Amino acid sequence: MTALLAAVEYGGDFTLPEVGELFNFPAFGPLGINRAIVLIFIATFFAGLLFVLAFSNAKIIPGKLQLVAEAIVEFIREQIVLQIIGPDGLKFVPLLVTMFMFIWFNNLLEITPFVNFPTTSRIALPIFLAAISYVLFVFLGFRHHGMGYLKDVAFPPGVPKGIYVLLTPIELVSTFVLRPFTLAIRLFANMVAGHILLTIVFLAIHAFLALKFPGIIVGVLTFAVSPLAVGFELFIASLQAYIFVILTAVYISGALHPEH
Amino acid sequence: MEGSLNAIGYGLAAIGPGIGIGIMIGKAVEAMARQPEAAGMVRTNMFIGIAIIEALALLGFVLAFALGGG
Repeated sequence: MTALLAAVEYGGDFTLPEVGELFNFPAFGPLGINRAIVLIFIATFFAGLLFVLAFSNAKIIPGKLQLVAEAIVEFIREQIVLQIIGPDGLKFVPLLVTMFMFIWFNNLLEITPFVNFPTTSRIALPIFLAAISYVLFVFLGFRHHGMGYLKDVAFPPGVPKGIYVLLTPIELVSTFVLRPFTLAIRLFANMVAGHILLTIVFLAIHAFLALKFPGIIVGVLTFAVSPLAVGFELFIASLQAYIFVILTAVYISGALHPEH
Repeated sequence: MEGSLNAIGYGLAAIGPGIGIGIMIGKAVEAMARQPEAAGMVRTNMFIGIAIIEALALLGFVLAFALGGG
């Protein structure tokens, strides 16, 4: 790669691959197994391995690995479920912990050294996760309130009567159309943007380090600053997992007790 | 005149969320400074607000690349 880029100065041709090539991989197995699917399995394997190893010999006074897993579960249980849904949301803690670990480990693949590909940047995965949240909160709403759920969503209380003409379509579209769509797109777009950003930074390092004197300064500077880009992506990856889970909790809470 | 309309579209799409997130985080910092005991709750709601607003900005970014750019 560096040799190709160095040759550009002397008239060699180097064309950047299209953006699509960053995200689409050819299938090499049955059922269309490609690099992305293998990476999803690896991420899920490690996420599951952490919890299986931590809780296989669970003790009252936890050892180090069990402390880590317990901290994660307690974080979701205390800070997300109990604060947002309340005590009757405790039965959703396993689902939310699973979602959090799955999204978090798949996002972390974006910055692992020889992989550098976030599997959540393939739109199918966020669509599926958002579909789980969507079906869950709609099902909960209809099971708890019957058809009154539609009335609760379309006509929120405490609003002067004339505003309903404007408010009801907005509320219906926002709850039943926009929520799953933005859940999926938010995760997908954050990961795509991060992947493109990291690709540009790393490519710039290679390109500028292959040049002679004035250009190579830019290369060295970019190389020195690239840990910031990776650190920023680490923060964004963890934040997106947290936001997905907390928004699912907010939607579940809205379905179980609308308008509190 | 050459150039990419996608990039202009993305630039325009980033104005609104930029202002919105700026106002929101400013208000959140102000709230946390006025009442430090409520900082946890304010921070949680701030993250939810960031998520919703940033979805629009990122939609612009991704569509600028996906629909014919790059």
